[in-house]
Amino acid sequence: MTQHSVSIRDLSLNFGNVKVLQHLDLDIAQGEFIVLLGPSGCGKSTLLNCIAGLLDVSDGQIFIGGKNVTWEEPKDRGIGMVFQSYALYPQMTVERNLSFGLRVAGMKKEEIDKRVNRAAEILQIEPLLQRKPVELSGGQRQRVAIGRALVRDVDVFLFDEPLSNLDAKLRSDLRVEIKRLHQRLKNTMIYVTHDQIEALTLADRIAVMKNGVIQQLADPHTIYNKPVNLYVAGFIGSPSMNMFQGTLNGNVFTTEDGTAIPVGTYQFTTPAAGSTKAVLGVRPEHILLGDDARAMPFNTEVEIEIVEPMGSDTLAWTKIAGHSVTFRCNSDVLIETGQKIVVGFDPGRGSIFSTETTNRL
Amino acid sequence: MAQLATAKEDGAAARPAAGSSGRKPFRLSTLMSIVGTMPMIATAVGVFFICIIYSFVLSFTNSRIFPAFGADNFVGTDQYARLWSTGRWLVSVNNIWFFGLLSIVANMTAGYLLAVFMDQRIKQEDLFRSIFLYPFAMSLVITGLVWRWILDPNYGIQATVRGWGFEDFAFAPLVNSGTAIYGLVVAGIWNGVGVTMAIMLAGLRGVDGEIWKAAKIDGIPTWKTYLFIVLPMMKGALLTAFILQCVGVVRVYDLIVAMTQGGPGISTQMPAVFVIQHITDRSNVGLGMAAATMMLLPVIVLLGLQVFVQWRANRVKENA
Amino acid sequence: MMTTEALAPSAGTSRIEDGPRGAKPRTLTLSRVGVYVFLILAALFFLMPLWVMVVTSLKSMPEIQLRHIFQWPQQITFEPWLKAWDTACTGRDCNGLKPGFLNSVKITLVGTTVSIIIAALNGYALSFWKYKGANILFGLLVFGAFVPYQVVIYPLIIGLREIGLFGTFPGIIIIHTIFGMPILTLLFRNFFAALPPELFKAARVDGAGFWQIFFQIMVPMAVPITIVAVILQVTGIWNDFLFGTVFAGRENMPMTVQLNNIVQTTTGVREYNVHMAATILTAAVPLAVYFISGKWFVRGIAAGAVKG
Repeated sequence: MTQHSVSIRDLSLNFGNVKVLQHLDLDIAQGEFIVLLGPSGCGKSTLLNCIAGLLDVSDGQIFIGGKNVTWEEPKDRGIGMVFQSYALYPQMTVERNLSFGLRVAGMKKEEIDKRVNRAAEILQIEPLLQRKPVELSGGQRQRVAIGRALVRDVDVFLFDEPLSNLDAKLRSDLRVEIKRLHQRLKNTMIYVTHDQIEALTLADRIAVMKNGVIQQLADPHTIYNKPVNLYVAGFIGSPSMNMFQGTLNGNVFTTEDGTAIPVGTYQFTTPAAGSTKAVLGVRPEHILLGDDARAMPFNTEVEIEIVEPMGSDTLAWTKIAGHSVTFRCNSDVLIETGQKIVVGFDPGRGSIFSTETTNRL
Repeated sequence: MAQLATAKEDGAAARPAAGSSGRKPFRLSTLMSIVGTMPMIATAVGVFFICIIYSFVLSFTNSRIFPAFGADNFVGTDQYARLWSTGRWLVSVNNIWFFGLLSIVANMTAGYLLAVFMDQRIKQEDLFRSIFLYPFAMSLVITGLVWRWILDPNYGIQATVRGWGFEDFAFAPLVNSGTAIYGLVVAGIWNGVGVTMAIMLAGLRGVDGEIWKAAKIDGIPTWKTYLFIVLPMMKGALLTAFILQCVGVVRVYDLIVAMTQGGPGISTQMPAVFVIQHITDRSNVGLGMAAATMMLLPVIVLLGLQVFVQWRANRVKENA
Repeated sequence: MMTTEALAPSAGTSRIEDGPRGAKPRTLTLSRVGVYVFLILAALFFLMPLWVMVVTSLKSMPEIQLRHIFQWPQQITFEPWLKAWDTACTGRDCNGLKPGFLNSVKITLVGTTVSIIIAALNGYALSFWKYKGANILFGLLVFGAFVPYQVVIYPLIIGLREIGLFGTFPGIIIIHTIFGMPILTLLFRNFFAALPPELFKAARVDGAGFWQIFFQIMVPMAVPITIVAVILQVTGIWNDFLFGTVFAGRENMPMTVQLNNIVQTTTGVREYNVHMAATILTAAVPLAVYFISGKWFVRGIAAGAVKG
């Protein structure tokens, strides 16, 4: 059995009567990159703050590096943390910012210098060491903030929405850099974000959270292609998954307007008994056109309502079986509003959820 | 007068350009704006410009009760020479520096300390805030009268403690010319420290919460965080509190009149009292105005400095 | 010590009961007690003068002479309060604080109203209708907030005497308006400047002029800042002493000046109980404003402090 880097056992946190986190369990392997993903208020930042020791938990335990740290002070937990607002000490130079914690801890000068220089080298901020935070750009500030976690020489890095204050271009640059950093350092990283692109690109595993409960914990591919419930299916993906309401009866899904969709190719996790109300979800890119569509288990002719050219690909809006549907196609395919076209998809690549439990069938 | 000139100037300059796309034509609304702000124009120009010049000019005359501008009334800088050889004035200047430094340092220190303690998630925060702040609602006259009573040698704290059996206990700063000023400082702090606390507490609360988290993860002790990280981040609150204190100190008048009337002897004389005495009871307007001009000097120096600092900061920002 | 087995993912719902669990036990630490001790001691220091004022004002003179100032009176008497209000002497006049109270009410009401109307107009004009030189005027005004009163008092005495208003009711109102103007104008200007400029532009497009925009759009929006200004001015004017002494004249002498005169009168026996009753009476109005307005008062101070 390998030792987990971070383990969370039955963790709960209540603010008065509000249950922010409910009986959470989470095991994170050494060197794993975990992303906590969810909308604001889902408890992801709260969970991170509990791991950091910045919030007292109501119940449960936290282990870091095999040690029970539930009652430990943040500084003794072997973690470094990077914040959304960078939280750099404004009156100190970059070098002082990096070294302040170490100085307070009474570390030897040579060791401090060694660590600061190493962090500066890794993050390529050596020329900035003598500057103050106000003289830095947003991206540079966030690098310094990462550096502050780096000099602590810890096994676990916590990121609390670190890129949310940056503009789109910088965000994608730094995203790659964080990934590169992870590949080089091989530390355990726990990363909180509401941005699904960040989650999908960075994570080894994603934990999708809602109302203080982890809905699904899996690798990005599984999260995207095999969401466990309607919530995860709807939250991940842009534009979001097309949902057909209807009834599932054996290998046939019948939509509300009576269109029958054969779902024989679908692999059920829980075999459906008899006739049940269900939701069929299909990703926009899984809807195909023309000859490709005719080869699909389900196809039909539709009229295009709106076309949105996005550059690399094109989004189109239409109606299938009475439901408004989006699909994505190659931008080389020329389609226009009002055009009649055959579209089709393989329900085997889609997801079917029980209407009653909202869980995947 | 001044406002009419402004209006005319605007109108005249605008007329040739009217109809063209060049300058904005003069509008009725602009005239209304000038009419509406007449009191401000009168105050800004009449009081804060002309009156100051008038006082300044008077300081070069030998005016007694009424202003005298005759040719033989102008005595050059005689009044300033007299001023700086008048014991009462020299004592006043010493006092204002001593009183000012002591009360500002004590007030800021106590204010920050109170704010830090109030910041510890106190359950009865509103109650404590009300208690610390209520003296500020009372005038300095009242503050002075109350503290004079508390510090009264025959009935106040000294008498009380002696009554408990400590016969040698001595605490009556106001009757001793060497210590009277400390009594003033105590009363002033009682009156004003709540405000400093409120401003600083607002400053503390304005500091980014993530800074606190970062400091906790860095393992920095709370007191070090307050002193070395948070305090330097509250420059705005500190400056506000400081300026408020400075203005208060320069103007200190009511407190003196109520508490010590400048005494014992002249030991608690202050420039503000000096000026008022010379334009009323002592009927020596020329000397009083020389003293008033001296009071204005540090204000102008400080404001000039402030303007310069701001100008330089803007320059830095532009270059960045 | 943990073993790796213990950390293995728990199968099913079996709980691991090793080591600390749940919330860190909260003990009433020494530092926590220290915080409260400090705050309570500080609170006692701030409350002490109020206590002394109240107990002194309820004692008879013989009791004051016998017992110390902190002691609760053995026999409560309201005599000093009546005397302070009705018959205490300032020199020859023995009418108590009553006339001063009425004067202060008049001066405060009129002074507050006039100064706020003027300042609101100033702030509005400076935010939306800047004419040439307006910035210079505003700069002068802000400078005025820092000028020691003593520098301009004498010229103002002369000026008011010239137009026959020295020592009159309009005179003291003018003085309060002048000295309240810098800070109030700043207050209103900052408030109006922070409003979305589109509001003003939309009104202009609708064809509204200077006064219409002011009365129909800006005034209704300025209620919160006006409350702050009222608190600032009511306490400021009521508590004023210097201007009252110099400009109000005998007829309009405000309460603070009269209080000081009563206390400083050297003829006869010093009646400390009457003095303290008079002090409380004079402090009553601003204290009431303070306790009723609560958080607004703090905002007023904070607003008044943003001079820099």
